[in-house]
Amino acid sequence: MLRTEEMILNVGPQHPSTHGVFRLILKIDGEIIHEATPVIGYLHRGTEKIAEDLQYTQIIPYTDRMDYLSAMTNNYVICHAVETMMGIEIPERAEYLRVIAMELGRVASHLVWWGTYLLDLGSQSPFLYAFRDREMIINLLTELSGARLTFNYMRIGGVKWDAPDGWIKKVQEFVPYMRRQLAGYHELVSGNEIFISRVKGVGKYTKNDAIAYSLSGANLRSTGVSWDVRKNDPYSLYDRFDFDVPVRQEGDALARYECRMAEIDQSLKIIEQACEQIPSKGPVLGKVPRMIRPPKGETFVRIESPRGEIGCYIASDGSKEPYRIKFRRPSFYNLQILPKLLKGENIANVIAILGAVDIVLGEVDG
Amino acid sequence: MEKGIDERNQELIHYVNILKNQIGENGLEDYYINELAKHTPTIVVKQEVYQKVAKIVKSHPDMQFEYLTELHGTDFQTHMEVFLYLQSISRKRSLILKTKTDRDQPIVASVTSIWEGAMWPECEAYDLLGIRFEGHPNLHRIFLGEDWKGYPLRKDYKDENPLK
Repeated sequence: MLRTEEMILNVGPQHPSTHGVFRLILKIDGEIIHEATPVIGYLHRGTEKIAEDLQYTQIIPYTDRMDYLSAMTNNYVICHAVETMMGIEIPERAEYLRVIAMELGRVASHLVWWGTYLLDLGSQSPFLYAFRDREMIINLLTELSGARLTFNYMRIGGVKWDAPDGWIKKVQEFVPYMRRQLAGYHELVSGNEIFISRVKGVGKYTKNDAIAYSLSGANLRSTGVSWDVRKNDPYSLYDRFDFDVPVRQEGDALARYECRMAEIDQSLKIIEQACEQIPSKGPVLGKVPRMIRPPKGETFVRIESPRGEIGCYIASDGSKEPYRIKFRRPSFYNLQILPKLLKGENIANVIAILGAVDIVLGEVDG
Repeated sequence: MEKGIDERNQELIHYVNILKNQIGENGLEDYYINELAKHTPTIVVKQEVYQKVAKIVKSHPDMQFEYLTELHGTDFQTHMEVFLYLQSISRKRSLILKTKTDRDQPIVASVTSIWEGAMWPECEAYDLLGIRFEGHPNLHRIFLGEDWKGYPLRKDYKDENPLK
C-alpha cells in the first residue's frame, strides 16, 4: 500500500532567503504545507533592557542596529519621542536634513528589498543593479553622518552636525539619476512574465486580515487601506510636501511589489521638494538643556519606516535614563501573519511569500 | 491646537460614557488626556473588565478601534501594567487603553480573540515580564526560550543564566 506521511522541513536559521537569522519549521505533506511555525529570537539583544541604564542620547546608536537597512528612521523615532515629551523645537534646517536623510534611507531600503526579493525568486542581475544604486545613497549618507549603515546622525533637538558643502547639490543630482534607473527597473522586471507568474495571486490576504493582524507599511497598503503615518498623522515636516500614498487593491505579493516601487518614486519627490525648501544656513541643533530629563509621565509616538509603523514608548520618572522604553518594531508585527499565509501553500511559494513581507531580523528580535 | 484638545476631551468623555453604560461605573479606574503623548485620550480599566472593554472599543460604532498598533507591558514595581495603543483607521482616531495587574501574580485576559495582531506582542510581554495572558492560544517565550530563568525586564531581575 502506498501511503503518505507528514514530513518536517526545516528552513534556516542560516538561510540566505530568510534575510537574517530566522527559522521556519514546516510540516509538509508532499509539497503542501500543513503547518508553519516561525522561530525567532536569535538576534535578541535586549535593547530595551540595556537602554534602561543609558541616557537618552546614548540610546540612539542602539536604534541603528534594530532596522539596520534604514537606521535613519529609527534614529528619528527615539528623538521624536523625547522631543514630544519635552516640547523641544527643532530648527528648520535640521528638520529638513532629517527628512532628506530618512527618505534617502527609505529608497535605499526599498532597493535592498527589490534586489534581494528578485534574487530570492531566482533572478540575479537586479540584485547587482540595486546594490550599485544603493551604494550611491550609502555614500551620500556616509558623507553626511560619517558611517555607512549605523549612522547615529540624529540628536535630540536636531542633528549631530550640518551637511558638508555641496551635499544638497549632490542629492539633487542623484534624484533624476535614480528616476531614470527606476524606469529601467520597471522595464527589466515589472512586466516580466516569469516574475509576474511567480508573484501574482501569491500570498494573498484581505483588507480585514491585514487590519486584524496589525500589518503596516506596504503590507497593509497592498490591500486597499490608505494608511501612511506621514499623511494620516503628520510628524516632522511631512505636511509641507506634495506626495501620494501608493495603494493597491489585490493584497498579493505583486501588489506589495508595486506599492514599494511606487513609494521609491514618491520618496524621490519628497527629497526633491525638501532640497528646494531647505534654508541655506541656520542652526542644526535646537535649544536643548545640557542634561536631557523628560518630565515624569509616558509617551507613545509612531512614524512611517520603510517597513511600516515604527513606534516608541517611553515611561519617564523624570531622571536622565528612561524608566522603560519600548519600540514598536513593524517587522515583528508584520511577520505574525506568516503561519496563516503559508498554511495550504505549495513549498515553492514559501520564499516568495516570506520575501514579500520585507523583514529585517534585527528589528523582529529587538 | 486648542480646538483640537477640546475636541479630544469631548471624545474621551463620550467614550467614557459609552463604557460606563455597558460595564458600570466601577470598571473604570481612570481616564485622562495624555498631553505628553500628543494629547491621546487614555482610559485605564480594571483587570476584570479589560477584555470586555477591548471588545466594546473595537465594535462600538462610535469607537471602531479595529487596529492594534502596540501592546506591551511595564513593571512599575507596585504593579504591572499592560499598555495598548489602538487606532481606528476608519475614524482616524487613536486611543490608549491600559490595565493594571498584580506584580507577583500577573494575569491578564488575552485580547488575541479580538485583535489577532496581539499574538506575538503578548508572547513578548510574557517572555520579558512574566505577564500571563489567559486564553492566549500559544503563549510561549518567544525570544529567550523556555529554559531561560527569570524575566529580564522586571526591575528586580538578576541574571542567573551563566554564559556557556
